[in-house]
Amino acid sequence: MQEIDNIMNGQKLFQRPEYKEVLENKKEFEGSMGAVNPAKVEEIAEWTKTWDYREKNLAREAITVNPAKACQPLGAVMVALGFENTMPYVHGSHGCVAYFRSYFTRHFKEPTPCVSDSMTEDAAVFGGLVNMKDGLKNCAALYKPEMIAVSTTCMAEVIGDDLFAFSVAAKEEDGGEYLPEDYPITYAHTPSFTGSHITGYDNMMQGIMSQLTDGVEVVKNDKINIIPGFETYIGSIRSVKSIAEKMGADFTMIGDHSDQWDMPAGEYSMFQGGTPIEEAKACKSAKATISLQKYATTKTMKMVTKRWKHDGGTFNPVGLKGTDEFVMKLAELTGNEIPQSLKTERGRLVDAMQDSYPYMHAKKFAIWGDPDFLIGAVSFLLEMGAIPTHVLCHNAPRGWEDEMRALLDTSPRADECHVWAGKDLWHMRSLLFTEPVDFMIGNSYGKELMRDTNTPLIYIGFPIFDRHHLHRYSISGYDGAINLLTWITNKVLDQLDEDTKGIASTDYFFDIVR
Amino acid sequence: MGPESLEAKQKAAVEEVLKAYPAKAAKNRAKHLGVGGPEDETQKTCGNVRSNKKTVPGVMSQRGCAYAGSKGVVWGPVKDMVHISHGPIGCGQYSRAGRRNYYIGTTGVDTFVTMNFSSDFQEKDIVFGGDKKLEVCFSEIDELFPLNNGITVQSECPIGLIGDDINATSKQYTKKTGQTVVPVNCEGFRGVSQSLGHHIANDTVRDYVFDGNPAMLGEPVAVTDYDVAIIGDYNIGGDAWSSRILLEEMGLRVVAQWSGDATLKEMAQTTKAKLNLLHCYRSMNYISRHMEKEFGIPWVEYNFFGPSQTIKSLRKIAAFFDEGVQAKCEEVIAKYQPMVDAVTNKYRPLLEGKQVMLFVGGLRPRHVIGAYEDLGMEVIGTGYEFAHDDDYKRTKDEIFRSTVIYDDVNEYELEAFVKKLQPDLVASGIKEKYVFQKMGLPYRQMHSWDYSGPYHGYDGFAIFAADMDLAINSPVWAHTSAPWDKEGEA
Repeated sequence: MQEIDNIMNGQKLFQRPEYKEVLENKKEFEGSMGAVNPAKVEEIAEWTKTWDYREKNLAREAITVNPAKACQPLGAVMVALGFENTMPYVHGSHGCVAYFRSYFTRHFKEPTPCVSDSMTEDAAVFGGLVNMKDGLKNCAALYKPEMIAVSTTCMAEVIGDDLFAFSVAAKEEDGGEYLPEDYPITYAHTPSFTGSHITGYDNMMQGIMSQLTDGVEVVKNDKINIIPGFETYIGSIRSVKSIAEKMGADFTMIGDHSDQWDMPAGEYSMFQGGTPIEEAKACKSAKATISLQKYATTKTMKMVTKRWKHDGGTFNPVGLKGTDEFVMKLAELTGNEIPQSLKTERGRLVDAMQDSYPYMHAKKFAIWGDPDFLIGAVSFLLEMGAIPTHVLCHNAPRGWEDEMRALLDTSPRADECHVWAGKDLWHMRSLLFTEPVDFMIGNSYGKELMRDTNTPLIYIGFPIFDRHHLHRYSISGYDGAINLLTWITNKVLDQLDEDTKGIASTDYFFDIVR
Repeated sequence: MGPESLEAKQKAAVEEVLKAYPAKAAKNRAKHLGVGGPEDETQKTCGNVRSNKKTVPGVMSQRGCAYAGSKGVVWGPVKDMVHISHGPIGCGQYSRAGRRNYYIGTTGVDTFVTMNFSSDFQEKDIVFGGDKKLEVCFSEIDELFPLNNGITVQSECPIGLIGDDINATSKQYTKKTGQTVVPVNCEGFRGVSQSLGHHIANDTVRDYVFDGNPAMLGEPVAVTDYDVAIIGDYNIGGDAWSSRILLEEMGLRVVAQWSGDATLKEMAQTTKAKLNLLHCYRSMNYISRHMEKEFGIPWVEYNFFGPSQTIKSLRKIAAFFDEGVQAKCEEVIAKYQPMVDAVTNKYRPLLEGKQVMLFVGGLRPRHVIGAYEDLGMEVIGTGYEFAHDDDYKRTKDEIFRSTVIYDDVNEYELEAFVKKLQPDLVASGIKEKYVFQKMGLPYRQMHSWDYSGPYHGYDGFAIFAADMDLAINSPVWAHTSAPWDKEGEA
């Protein structure tokens, strides 16, 4: 029973003897192997750690277990929230939208506005036109967004609804009351059964950029567009903007969701920050477009470079080299010298790397996440002399595996580095048991791997649900690289303390100074 | 309350909210909003609201889908089975381990609740169908997770649209291997909310657990006269455990938990129970009614939130049994009363008169009202995501004062109601949490217990009280206005 001066929640409550007894007695009814024959559970648990199990596990063809990817419309919602006063609108069932909102909200600890047009069984039969007509009108009336950005769930994709035709029909029926002729309703088809959330990001970004600029006269200017990609580090967007400002670039961040998911307390307004629609409409006139995430913007960049003939390209400013290349590209595009302030920032990063390198050098890492994140983070690990033993990308697009392999081949210990494209985190579990590493870098889904394999987890990636505020930091630019360095080094040191704190046995190495 | 009565203020709020809508939507929403009076016999449902209808498109509803109702609520917590999210990758990922259905077991070996199994549909599966892939999924699961006691197939939207026959595929596999496989046609577009998913899932328990004769480990459990099952408790934060202890203390034997920390065997054995105890009526009344009809097991609704309702419920349950149980029931009540008094004495003065607005799912919009009122707090607004008429009828008996009732409330409405009625605490889900916290309003998630709990039973009530105090009386809310803000402007 609870004691009034020491009310405990479930964490400790269920450790009390009366509850231990209750849970022990419950086993009589359970019929799970743990209740019937715990030795068998132990035996199978041990088997899952073997090479035999690993081979069977890696041979899986159909079932995915503990994935490290999500579906297209999630990325589309992120794009929409990067534009000023823009409502993400998902054409399909509302269950999906409840999921997208919860998922982002659990990561950012911030509200995530998004509507759905709540298609149900009749829409599955007759199509979702009525839902879209009503949905766009209601959304515009209630929330008064400046733009509505429509993506689709797999339901709408399977029945083949035509977003363009539907949005035209919606405007026609509304007759200009809530949806005037020139009201921007941008759209992208985002089928969940193709690619992953980064594909959805790409499709929506390409959709918005091409549709907003459609019919807008191109008057070439000196501007540079910067597309962040599926960036879950708010601070990264700010670091990149700060670099561009220091370089004196006249730039537009296309799809800037940094303020939307970082609202100050005080009052709530549904939308904050974002690329102004007028500025986005002019993005075709820019002379260059830089994408910070190649694999999250493949289609978008194809349009920008092939059809729009923009200069630019992809520059991934994670790690030292990536940031250097980004800075040099900006120098080239602006014609400006690299300012002392950036040179100093770089110097500070290199200084920090030289201070901490003994702790990362030759340490073995397992890492997973989105393809662009991995290119950046693995580059940084290599710059520090670490060994990226297992690099796993569940949503690896075509070309990524080769690029990652080539990157790893620059390591003097390339033969110890393995690339795992299209594999999931249950595969990773086998890899960690059979070819162990010192540390893991990944998202909250790594938690169970940490528990099962005893490998310390450094939280970097998306989603992170069970650690607070990390998303506020930057992992891009020179300052972002210092954050990466700090998190990784200090986890190594925490672990060193953990491993050496044994009194009168190992604590001679429990140094006060390191 | 000033010159304007609470009821008048609430009615005005409802009227005002409706003004923002286009005509067609306003007409629809008007039927879902109302003001309920306690014991108002003129009202058919609480606030006379209509429910379980299609959501108005484009309004930012908080509702989920049938898949969420089946995989997320009913089947997902059954710990010794593998639940396949069948279709594209997203649904399983977004719903992975977010509900805090606690369980004991070796995850990945004999229990699987917090894991995510997906058939990860690709375009070719949509075009050519996914039945063959599903069959391979079954055998891969049985090879790599040999201690699973069964598999369920949780259909995502495309399955029902492309004409896959998961029922035949599952049946075939069961025939070939003897493995329990439960196909669930809970595609997200079915019905109007999670609710139909609960019903569909309940029906599959009937068809595949009761009628399916699943193979089970261990000896059959001997039957006693005191066997009861907890139905509709998902063990969020350990709720079913802090309920179970009380039932056992009064001499009953809890043979099954549905479905938090449940096993297939527990569910199958429930057909021999003497009484079914139904907590979440909405999600599991179907199977309770079926067991009553088919196996003659009576069921009784109970409420373990807050001491007043807990005491009432314990006595109601004891009344089904002999005097021995009834005597023990009184002993249990007497045993915990000093702790309850201590909790109330400590927290009531800190919470007295604080007003609360709720918006939750299954049973909580009515069941938790008593717990707040036990602490002297006043619930002035409540509503359900996916309730039916019978829920709103039951709500009439649980409200204490004039209460604004909002069915399937959306972001716009909830924000407007909160701004108008100015409660001291909003208690709802994760999607709304930060909206209200931004405004400087204390907030508690009432789906996940905000990562605390359990809230059921006597021990749970102490945690509930402490958590409400934590939320309402935290110093952080006072920091919202800066010292340089002019008085009255903050």
